[in-house]
Amino acid sequence: MRQLSDNALARLRNGSALPDLGGTRYSLIEKVARGGMGVVYAVKDEHLQRRVAMKVLEAPGFESDLAERLMREARVLARLEHPGIVPVHDVGTLADGRVFYTMKFVEGQRLDEYIESLTSTPDRLRIFLRICDPVAFAHARGVLHRDLKPGNVMVGPFGEILVVDWGLAKILEEALPTEPMGPDASTLHSRAYCADGMMVSATTGHGSVMGTPGYMSPEQERGEIELLDARSDIFSLGVLLRYLLSDRPPVRSSRRLDHALAAICRKACAPARERRYAAMQELTADVSRYLDGLAVAAHQESIWDRLARFYRRYRFFVLLIAAYLLVRVILLLVIKH
Amino acid sequence: MAQDEFTGGDERFPATRWSVIVGVRSEDVAERERALDRLCEAYWKPVYKYVRLRWNRSAPDAQDLTQGFFAEMLGRELLNRFDAGKSRLRTYLRLCVDSFVMNEDKAERRQKRGGEIQHLALDFAGAEQEFASGTIDASAIASPESLEAFFEKEWVRSLFGLAVEDLRALCAKRERDSAFQLFEAYDLEGDDKLSYAQLARQHGLAVTDVTNALAWARREFRRIALERLREICGSDSEFQRETRAVFGRSTC
Repeated sequence: MRQLSDNALARLRNGSALPDLGGTRYSLIEKVARGGMGVVYAVKDEHLQRRVAMKVLEAPGFESDLAERLMREARVLARLEHPGIVPVHDVGTLADGRVFYTMKFVEGQRLDEYIESLTSTPDRLRIFLRICDPVAFAHARGVLHRDLKPGNVMVGPFGEILVVDWGLAKILEEALPTEPMGPDASTLHSRAYCADGMMVSATTGHGSVMGTPGYMSPEQERGEIELLDARSDIFSLGVLLRYLLSDRPPVRSSRRLDHALAAICRKACAPARERRYAAMQELTADVSRYLDGLAVAAHQESIWDRLARFYRRYRFFVLLIAAYLLVRVILLLVIKH
Repeated sequence: MAQDEFTGGDERFPATRWSVIVGVRSEDVAERERALDRLCEAYWKPVYKYVRLRWNRSAPDAQDLTQGFFAEMLGRELLNRFDAGKSRLRTYLRLCVDSFVMNEDKAERRQKRGGEIQHLALDFAGAEQEFASGTIDASAIASPESLEAFFEKEWVRSLFGLAVEDLRALCAKRERDSAFQLFEAYDLEGDDKLSYAQLARQHGLAVTDVTNALAWARREFRRIALERLREICGSDSEFQRETRAVFGRSTC
């Protein structure tokens, strides 16, 4: 029998782990990323002569639960046609038995890298509102993301915002009664990776704990899958908002925020889901009101808060009137003396 | 052919519906022997190297112990006690080797047993050559975890070595020797500097021919390796776990 060197062993392992694209319209370019469920490769679509991203299971094998999850993720993405959600092009099974799907190849930065270039709070709030758009759209279609965090938001080269990695998405069956989507996410054992790469996958008495610590809602952390609804994603978005405004992961954030913004974050991240915003529209409306200099629903203003807000909103006119009055006073004093 | 314990499965995957575990428990003597042959083929080298390193035995001692272990496996029907639900087959066999060597040390039964062992035809000289070539770094193997990793690596080396030989035979049978030569030059002997273009020039072929031949050879290699892997796994779930362990660590 042939003696295989370590180098040969490594080359054979690597060669065998690569997806077998024989018989497909794709040719391999390079590996792009590894996620909780599979590996993403950049491949070339030979028919359309363009680069697309292909997500496949990590290794050849027929782990039906993982294959089903990947297929399910593709189906979830396919029904969420929105500019802020990566479109799926194709789905199938490779010659080596691995389930795959192809999607638009997103070239850009992750949100946590991108926000370094944004210095003003209004700019960051506008980015936040654009992140909320696809999430609100998904909620309207009965889909929860369940793993919203800076690492799962991409900013494209033209500033387009994309919410990615819908591998943990939960479908609220009651919202889509006529379109069965296979097993509910609550019955599947899933994995997720948090920002530092740690994998979270544990079970509780209620169900599987899936998501990223620090960004998961308390009910999600407790594995109370049956309680998850839009408010769970709203919790994650509240944490993400706090991150955007403070530049730091939520657990280490100590920066003081404006009262109204802090109130919005607090309401979105309330431990009791009944105290959170009930729907995405409420959250985005409050953030928009803040941007417009209006009172936000989450914050009971004092007179000083109201005056400060009035000043922020009409700063130019206030300063103009103040300058006019000052000039009048100076003129009066000059005339008097 | 014996029925195996695999359930469900997928028709896209290796059609072999046979496992050594089922084979060794068969009533049919020929079936049992075939299963043990397959098992020995895949495991004797990892076992031999493991005994050499883990138990610090000389080559003749390790050869004797390896022969003795496989004879014991036959005689005491060790595989009948294997429970696929509790551990992987390779972990079970490694623990059996440890237990076997310890028992041998205590009772020195090896000497008493003398010439009763039915010797298997194993290429110990080849295995020794691998030691001499510096493939194995004994100093890096100290903790139990590294021993497990070492055994796994040697097990994969053995599995891939057999799959390469099968691929060579397949290429010869289908008159695709040139594909094997390219596979050998690029995947087995090549380094990161070797390109498809260089290989094409060396063999007087077009680059696309090299690409196609290598893709075919790798596909067949993977299929053969999966078939062999399935044979030496005790259950469907073990096969899936081992597949991930063997193929799921691409570093490219």
